[in-house]
Amino acid sequence: MITITINGHSKTFPAALDIAALLAQEGYAGMTVAVARNGTFVPKAKQSQTAVQNGDTIDIVAPMQGG
Amino acid sequence: MQIFDQTLHARLFLGTAQYPSPEILQRAIEAARPGLITVSLRRESAAGHGQKFWDLIKNTGIPVLPNTAGCHSAAEAVTTAQMAREIFETDWIKLEVIGDDYMLQPDPFGLIDAAEKLNALGFTVFPYMTEDLVLAQRLVDAGCKILMPWGAPIGSGRGLNNPYALKLLRQRFPQQIMVVDAGLGAPSHAAAAMELGYDAVLVNTAVAKAGDPVAMARGFAQAVAAGRAGYEAGIIAPQDNATPSTPLIDRPFWHQAKGG
Repeated sequence: MITITINGHSKTFPAALDIAALLAQEGYAGMTVAVARNGTFVPKAKQSQTAVQNGDTIDIVAPMQGG
Repeated sequence: MQIFDQTLHARLFLGTAQYPSPEILQRAIEAARPGLITVSLRRESAAGHGQKFWDLIKNTGIPVLPNTAGCHSAAEAVTTAQMAREIFETDWIKLEVIGDDYMLQPDPFGLIDAAEKLNALGFTVFPYMTEDLVLAQRLVDAGCKILMPWGAPIGSGRGLNNPYALKLLRQRFPQQIMVVDAGLGAPSHAAAAMELGYDAVLVNTAVAKAGDPVAMARGFAQAVAAGRAGYEAGIIAPQDNATPSTPLIDRPFWHQAKGG
């Protein structure tokens, strides 16, 4: 069992998983989003090879209005 | 105007935040016809609120400039820029590293650190900066070909707080693309920046928070075009004495009525 922080909210998963699986499981499939793990950018091409580990902080961002 | 390999069709850059509704944002974009649109990133919920906004922007066909708003360190700005590059499919990044939350004043030291890293990573950096001459030189040394000094603090609507320094910067960096970013309130502020020879201005709050954002968007577009036309035409030097605009030679009664 691992506990991670996704966009500021703590969440527990039964088993280790990679970032691509995490995105699918959390409902982000097909959406325009980018991901950082522990403050470091994880490119799309590396999401399925990047494991999420216990205690990780994951940020999932999308386009928003800006000045 | 040309920025490297990309042609921008106007010298007004428009921000997309704080409009009363997405529909008014869209109409303001149509009215302003900006050369560039600024966008940002936020944490996305699975509800996907950002996706509709992105569709709206994509449909305008206008190139986007993502920003690193809210970043307080070079490390945060670099990660944000990398995420923005993947999402918006552009190497262009408006670099914001904030050093003071009350004034939203750029942190010059963090800015240089981040600019060096981002230039090394292949980004085209648009640094949001104070109007400091030495900071500008350091950013150019770090590889920046574009400089974006503030007119005044973000959202303040004060216009050009330090036109003397802005004029000096323009003169000292003739090769750089220079944009006045932030703090403008009225179309006349944009015209004034363009008359100084700036290549473009970036406006958000002045349009979004106007009584009629769509009309204000149009007003800013006209002011930018007018200011640029004035700069290109060559503005006369001010002088203290009057010079008659109407030729007075051979004018009837000229000086005949003296004393009468």
